[in-house]
Amino acid sequence: MTRSTKIFKYVGKRLLQGIPIILAIVIINFFLLNLAEGDAVDVLAGEAGSATPEYMEQLRKKFGLDQPLPVQLMVYLKNVLSLDLGYSFRHDMPVNELIYDRFAATGLLMASTIILAVGFGILLGLLAAVRLNTWKDAVITVFALITYATPLFWVGLMMIVVFSLNLGWFPTSGMTNVAAFYEGWDYVVDVSRHLVLPTITLSLFYLALYTRMMRASMLEQYGQDYVVTARAKGLTERRITYVHVLRNALLPVVTMAGVQVGALIGGSVIVESVFAWPGLGMLAFESLFARDLNLLLGIFLLSSMLVVVVNLIVDIIYCFLDPRIEVN
Amino acid sequence: MGNFWSRYKRNHAAVFGLFVIVLIIVMAITASLLYPEDPFRLVGKPLSKPLTNGFLLGSDSLGRDVASGIVHGAKTSLLIGFVATLVSVFIGIFFGAFAGYFGGLIDDILMRVTEIFQTIPSFIFAILLVAIMKPSISSIVIAIAVVSWPGVARLVRGEFLAVKNREFVQACHTLGMSDLRIMLWEILPNCLSPIIVVGSLMVATAILIESGLAFLGLGDPNIMSWGFLIGAGRTMLRSAWWVCTFPGVAILITVLAINLIGEGLNDALNPRLKERQ
Repeated sequence: MTRSTKIFKYVGKRLLQGIPIILAIVIINFFLLNLAEGDAVDVLAGEAGSATPEYMEQLRKKFGLDQPLPVQLMVYLKNVLSLDLGYSFRHDMPVNELIYDRFAATGLLMASTIILAVGFGILLGLLAAVRLNTWKDAVITVFALITYATPLFWVGLMMIVVFSLNLGWFPTSGMTNVAAFYEGWDYVVDVSRHLVLPTITLSLFYLALYTRMMRASMLEQYGQDYVVTARAKGLTERRITYVHVLRNALLPVVTMAGVQVGALIGGSVIVESVFAWPGLGMLAFESLFARDLNLLLGIFLLSSMLVVVVNLIVDIIYCFLDPRIEVN
Repeated sequence: MGNFWSRYKRNHAAVFGLFVIVLIIVMAITASLLYPEDPFRLVGKPLSKPLTNGFLLGSDSLGRDVASGIVHGAKTSLLIGFVATLVSVFIGIFFGAFAGYFGGLIDDILMRVTEIFQTIPSFIFAILLVAIMKPSISSIVIAIAVVSWPGVARLVRGEFLAVKNREFVQACHTLGMSDLRIMLWEILPNCLSPIIVVGSLMVATAILIESGLAFLGLGDPNIMSWGFLIGAGRTMLRSAWWVCTFPGVAILITVLAINLIGEGLNDALNPRLKERQ
C-alpha cells in the first residue's frame, strides 16, 4: 500500500473515532440540561408572569417534555444532528442563529491569538535555547513562569488600566467605535485597534506555554544523534540550529497548538467578557447572567465539537509534516 | 526523609515558594485575628486610596477594606484549591488504577471516558456545572474536580502499567493477595511521587479556575474570594485601580509559589529525571 492511501485510510479511521466522542458529548449535554432546575416551560411561565398548571401541562406536551427520558434523548440527538440547538427564550431567537452571529468575532480573536502566541512562542523559545543559561534565557524563563501564574482576567484589567485609561492608546472595550460609522479601510483600522488588547491578553498564557515547550523541544533535539553527525560533517552551528534542529523541534509545538484549542475557548470567555468583545465567549457570559441554559449548552456543544475537529486536522497535518509517523 | 529535604532545598526557588505559601497559609488561618470584621462589612470612607483613611490597600466603592478581603479570601482560594485537587486526584487514581491494572475491556472503556472528558473545553464545562448546580463552595469544588481528573487518570494508568508486571507484584499474586489489596498497598505507593508532583501543580490550576469562576460571578455569594474582589472591582476600574490590582497580585504570588514548589518536589522526588535533562 502506498503512503498516500495509508494516510487516507488513517484519516477515515480518525473521523470514525471522532463520532462516538461527539455523541457522548451530546448525551452529556442532554443530561446537564435535565439536571438543571426547571425546564423550558418553567422558564416560559416565569417569563409570562402567570400560567395555569393546565396551560403548562399543555406546553410540556407541545415541547415533548412529557415523554420518558430516552425518547426525549432521541429527539434531542435528532435535533442536534440536524444542527438545531434549541431556542433561546431570552433573545427570542434560535440558538444557532445567535451563535452564527457571534462566531466571526471569536474566530478573529482566536486566529490573531494563535498567530501571535505560536509565532512569538517559537521565536522566544528558540532564543532561550540558543542562548542557554545566559541572561536572555533567564529573562525568558522568568517571564514564562510569571505569565503561567497570572489570571487572564486580571491581565486584561491591568492592560485596560495602563494602555487605555492612563495612556489612551487603545479603546477599553467592544469591537468597533459605535459612535463613528466607519467604512472600508477605516473600519479595518478601527477593529484592529480594538483587537490589540484582547489578543495580547489571551495570547500571553499560550505564549508562555509555547516558549517553554519550544525551549525544551530544542534542547531535546540538540541531544540527538543527527546533531552529532551534522557537527562531524563540519556544518556550522548556525546551520545545525536553524536548518536541522529547528525543523524537528517544531513538531511537538504544532501538536500542542491543537491540544490547547479547548483551553483557548475557555480563555476567550474570560477575555471577551473583560473587553466586551462581541463573540461567543461574551455570549456565554451574557447567557450566564440571563440564566439562558439552552444558549450556554449550545455554545458548550459547539466548542466541544470544534476541539474534536481541530484535533483531527492537527493529526492530519502532523502525518504530512513528519514522515516517521506510523499511520497504521 | 532527610534525603528528600536535602534534595528539595537544592532548588532555591522551590524553598522560596514554600516560604511564601507558609506565609499565605498563616495569613489565611489568622484572618479573623488580623481583620476581625466581616470582609463584606462597610468599614470606612469609600474609594480611599491605599495608605489613606486607615486602609493599607484602599477601599472599594462601598467602603469595604480591600486588604481584609484579600486576607479572608486567602482561606477560600487555598481551601478550594486543595480540596478540589484532592477530589480529582482520587477520581483520577480510581480510573487510572483500574484501567492500568486490569487492562483489556475495562481499560478501553475507562480510557474512552477519560478521552471524552479531556476533549471537552474544561473552563466552559466548569462554568456550566457551577451554573447548573448553583454557585456554592461544594459545587465549585465538584466542577473543578470533574474537569481536572483526566490528567491524573492517564498518569496513574501509565504508572500501573509499568509496575504491574514487576516481580514483587507477581510475588503478591502468588501469596494469594486480593487485587484490591495489591493495587492499594503494593502498586499505588510506588506511583506516589509523580502523583504528588502533578497534584501540587493542580492546586495552582484549581486556584486559577476558582478565581476565574468567581470573577464571572460564579463564586459562592456568601464567601469572600480573590476572584470576587476583582469581579466586583472591575466596574470602578477608572476611579479605583487598587480594588482590582491587589487581589490579582495575591493570586499571582500564590500560584507562582505553588508552581515553584511543584518543580522542587519534582527535583526531590524524581531525581533520576533531573539527571537525565
